[in-house]
Amino acid sequence: METQTAASAPSPSRASVPGPWRMAGRSLTANRSAMTALAALMLVTFACLLAPFYAGDVARTDPFTSNVAGSFMLGGQEVDIMQPNDNPLHLGLSPVGPTWNPSAYMLGADSQGRDVAARLLYGGRNSLLISFSAALVCIAIATVVGVSAGFFGGFVDTALSRLMDIMWAVPVYLFAISLSIVTISQGLKIGPFTIESDNLLIPIFIIALVYVPYAARPIRGRVMALRNAEFVMAARSLGVPQHRILLRDIVPNVSTTLVVLTPLLTALALLAESALSFLSIGVQAPAASWGTIIQDGEGLIYTRPMVAIAPGLAIVIVVLALNILGDGLRDALDVRETSRRGA
Amino acid sequence: MAAALLRRLGQTLFVLFGISVLVFLVFFATPGADPTARIAGKNASPETMAKVRHEYGFDRPLPVQYATMMKKLFITRDLASYVDRGELVVPEIIEAAPVTLSLATGGAVIWVLASVTMGTLAAAFRGTWIDRGLMIAGLIGISIPVFWLGQVANLITQARYHDSWLFSWVPGLGYVPFTESPVGWFKVLIIPWIVLAVLFIGIYGRVLRADLVAVSGEDFMRTARAKGLSPARVLLRHGLRTSMITFVSLFGLDFAQLIGGGALLTEVVFGLQGVGRLTYQALSNLDLPLIMASVMYSAVFVVLANAVVDVIYVFLDPRVRDGR
Repeated sequence: METQTAASAPSPSRASVPGPWRMAGRSLTANRSAMTALAALMLVTFACLLAPFYAGDVARTDPFTSNVAGSFMLGGQEVDIMQPNDNPLHLGLSPVGPTWNPSAYMLGADSQGRDVAARLLYGGRNSLLISFSAALVCIAIATVVGVSAGFFGGFVDTALSRLMDIMWAVPVYLFAISLSIVTISQGLKIGPFTIESDNLLIPIFIIALVYVPYAARPIRGRVMALRNAEFVMAARSLGVPQHRILLRDIVPNVSTTLVVLTPLLTALALLAESALSFLSIGVQAPAASWGTIIQDGEGLIYTRPMVAIAPGLAIVIVVLALNILGDGLRDALDVRETSRRGA
Repeated sequence: MAAALLRRLGQTLFVLFGISVLVFLVFFATPGADPTARIAGKNASPETMAKVRHEYGFDRPLPVQYATMMKKLFITRDLASYVDRGELVVPEIIEAAPVTLSLATGGAVIWVLASVTMGTLAAAFRGTWIDRGLMIAGLIGISIPVFWLGQVANLITQARYHDSWLFSWVPGLGYVPFTESPVGWFKVLIIPWIVLAVLFIGIYGRVLRADLVAVSGEDFMRTARAKGLSPARVLLRHGLRTSMITFVSLFGLDFAQLIGGGALLTEVVFGLQGVGRLTYQALSNLDLPLIMASVMYSAVFVVLANAVVDVIYVFLDPRVRDGR
């Protein structure tokens, strides 16, 4: 037993006591499934970033132009991209199926004769970019809404909460569809700025907007709990000004909630993006996203299922990894308020 | 209690009004383009444009436009599609509603049964491989895009394994009304039901397990165990009943959202001519009146359904019933 008097006890220094973030980091790195998920995410992102390299130097195709009359070399033989159907009952041509050869239509071609593998990588860039940006924008808006509602209370809280209730009552996908159809048909003009209908900012902001109530609710709850916490009371009774309490006491304590929300919202945004693109009101042709490729594959589902299966698997892997990572972060940061439930 | 009900009623009316304004603004006040052109559709003639402008009051202030629109949607119900040769949209939506209702109801039955089983089993075998396996399965279910799962289901049951004994009974895509043939109705819908339910089984199974685990530490659970009740009885009679409160309130919200449009993707993939598929077809030919009507009706339905769930809740939950 070691007994220390107050005078001889070592004063806690920064080096000896790990901060909450470092503790969380340690607990996260010890979580094997969360680390696997993180590795998978990094791998997919890295592969998608290499899309131009793959298309240009490995597969040597242009994934954005139709190539139905073309052919390619496979094992020293010339193979037509569009081939007679294997099914004797169907007349006409089918695109070539998977060759499993990275340099020659590895996953086959779509109905326009484009390399599915190359489109998968390019599509992943758009899907990941949109979903991650949408999650960040959503969290930024939701933080402003949730923190003001929770901190100021009273009229501000009532007004913002009612607004969130209203947005929440419109089914998420229908809300996104309405916003998309209005903006995709003719683009968006805000004052002097014109946003063309194929600009990725449109799906990013639409998805961010429809999920704001989802993120704002837990943030507001956390802020309301913090507002009555003892250390905030103490600060207030010491006469610390409002804005300082907000910036120094409230916001840092909300940040864990935000960190946990990020992967979960990215997962939701990816699913929403793929659904909108599948309905052809997300990413616009000839650009690709995993959702548009699934749509390209819909007509080929019985003859060339790989066109739709590959992007679908990519979505499942990324969303699953994001969910596992989100759960891991929640455990590491010990955020109880941020459950997956919407209401 | 009367006060709680009245307050809920006031809130419902307010949200209904708010939603109608929100949807109206999305469709008619989004900056950038003339709403006349949106309503009239692609390549409309100048006469049609003039007619639309007059009919919807686009030459008048926004509040008047709002009132006109609400009147056309809910009172006279004569909102017509310009793309689709003047077809009245409200009757069209009402005609498609039974399909969506069939799809959502059957899916909900499957999702409730499966997720209660899954959540209870996982909680009962907490910490074992059964628990972990079920929770991972649930997480995978949450991560699958429903339209893709539907396509894969079609690939398996309609093409690849359709000739095997397992799936030879699966009829072609499409809808058979219950009144025409109950068996045909069931056969056509069973696979869409399962596909629709997968996501919710994942969510609800996980939520229920977490609730059961949280509840197991409560005093009343310890009392039940101390009385010598069997673990199964403690879990089912005492734990599950308490945890079902969250489950039921979540269910009300999600079921309403599903009928109100969440089933759209499933309807599209399985060729079921419900409200969702109607909206989808309207998307492809930019039939704005139909989309707006279906969004508006869905949102109103969701709000009313939520209000009904809340009222039922007031009657069921003694804490709320006796006044807080």
